[in-house]
Amino acid sequence: MKISKEDVLKVAALANLELSAEEVDTYRAHLDDILTYIDKLNEIDTSGVEPLTQVVAASAGDSALREDVVVRADIITEVLQGAPDPEAPYFRVPRVIEK
Amino acid sequence: MSAGATWTIPEVRAALDARKISARELVKDFYARIEKRNAELNIFLALSPERAYAQADKIDAAIAAGDALPSLAGVPVAVKDVISTHGIPTTCGSLILKGYRPPYDATAVTRLEQAGAIVLGKTNCDEFAMGSSNENSAYGPVRNPVATDHVPGGSSGGSAAAVAANLAVAALGTDTGGSIRQPGSFCGVPALNPSYGRVSRYGLIAYASSLDRIGPFAHTVRDAAMVMSVIAGRDPRDSTSASVPVPDYAGGLERSLHGLRIGIPDDYFGEGIDPEVRRKIEAGIALLEKLGCKRVSIRMPNTEYAIAAYYIIATAEASSNLARYDGVRYGPRVPGATLIEMYQKTRGRGFGAEVKRRIVLGTYVLSAGYYDAYYLKGQKVRTLIARDFREAFEKVDAIVTPTSPVPAFRLGERTANPLQMYLADIYTVTGSLAGVPGISVPSGKTSSGLPVGLQIYGPAFGEDRVLHMAHAFEQAGGQEL
Repeated sequence: MKISKEDVLKVAALANLELSAEEVDTYRAHLDDILTYIDKLNEIDTSGVEPLTQVVAASAGDSALREDVVVRADIITEVLQGAPDPEAPYFRVPRVIEK
Repeated sequence: MSAGATWTIPEVRAALDARKISARELVKDFYARIEKRNAELNIFLALSPERAYAQADKIDAAIAAGDALPSLAGVPVAVKDVISTHGIPTTCGSLILKGYRPPYDATAVTRLEQAGAIVLGKTNCDEFAMGSSNENSAYGPVRNPVATDHVPGGSSGGSAAAVAANLAVAALGTDTGGSIRQPGSFCGVPALNPSYGRVSRYGLIAYASSLDRIGPFAHTVRDAAMVMSVIAGRDPRDSTSASVPVPDYAGGLERSLHGLRIGIPDDYFGEGIDPEVRRKIEAGIALLEKLGCKRVSIRMPNTEYAIAAYYIIATAEASSNLARYDGVRYGPRVPGATLIEMYQKTRGRGFGAEVKRRIVLGTYVLSAGYYDAYYLKGQKVRTLIARDFREAFEKVDAIVTPTSPVPAFRLGERTANPLQMYLADIYTVTGSLAGVPGISVPSGKTSSGLPVGLQIYGPAFGEDRVLHMAHAFEQAGGQEL
């Protein structure tokens, strides 16, 4: 077994994800299959191989940094309209600091 | 004009020029078609008639004034629901973004509209583009217009189906591991995944940022080429967009294929390929040879590791990208006693099963103690797969493969086993990892009438080559093989 129920719960906590007991069981089984399959990668020797994080820099050579210029975007009202609990100009969240 | 007829982009232009139809009448006709078929096919999640008619009236005014029209004037298009559209609901097929209206447009959408295209609405897709069948949408699956008890493919199934069902002239999809090409293959329409960096990702809601790309579906390769010339090119708002010059793709279509070397990777024709698909691809390769291509047998030795590397990298990036859905700034919130509990409940209920599975896997492969064994290993294997392509393109001009090992399958047939669903992405994830362009073009049908797609890969920024090859293939009757 590659992954235990406890592992799934630990990872779900890291990802701020509430999972039902049933979900934990199903995902554990699925992830076990997938991780077992991924073990295939151990068949190849990658010593001396550099990791590839981004293909475009190599092919186009221009993900250069640009000047940091301030551009005004007057979208606060529109953004807040989509928020579940807005209090202009803020987003309201449950209390995080005790009195 | 007969009801529900196919319109290509040049046909739209000719009809507008001849005053046979106005842009407004054309839009009205497409909304009538959508009205008639959407309940059954479930292709559109949101329609944008106000914006569409305003744009149509602008085109009609330009025609009345005798102004020169831009290249896509009056062309009704559909946009996948992971691409931001100002003020038009954009949910990514997820409950967690239910009711979200982006405060800005994606660059690809802006460019389409600047070229005169008319956005009809947003198309259904697998939630956050994660899936190969469209069955992961929170709003129900799309049905394949070719065979309505079958899936349209995924994740851009709604965009592929919109074109196939004549509910749009062209559509934008996105591709991370095959999500443009595979539904194009399943629905029988040309579908292009451009090189990474060719089309701006600004406004594309991220799944896996190092892999995500935007590309077109259309009725013909020429139409796909015309859309590409509009959406491609450097955008200062996407630092990964390349400043490689954009050719006139449609202008380069009528060249001969004579002498082009096509690489056929032996490694792509092993176990798991449906015998009917294999036959149609063999027939497709024979047609390319008849058109003057020279067939060369090649090896892509790291192909069998592509799926594993892809699912590590894509889920790792997804777990990070999807951290932003926390019930604070957009979408519904599920209340909790504490901030963390609110996050957990909102995310636990807002995300569907496949998204949660991928977040858990992605978080796991990035977590302390596993990073080197999984994530770093996956990125090193990605290097080897990119090398396979680079070395192949030293010997050949293009690589020809099936798009998918299977034709469209029945709804519900493959949902029980996620790994089995992942494995069918084999021919598309390789090119995704390497960053190269790939087009899927119809290559005959199975005995039960299901379309088969032939994939042509070109070197990075070689869209012109894959488009011109696919065009010749299409003109030579590839669809009827």
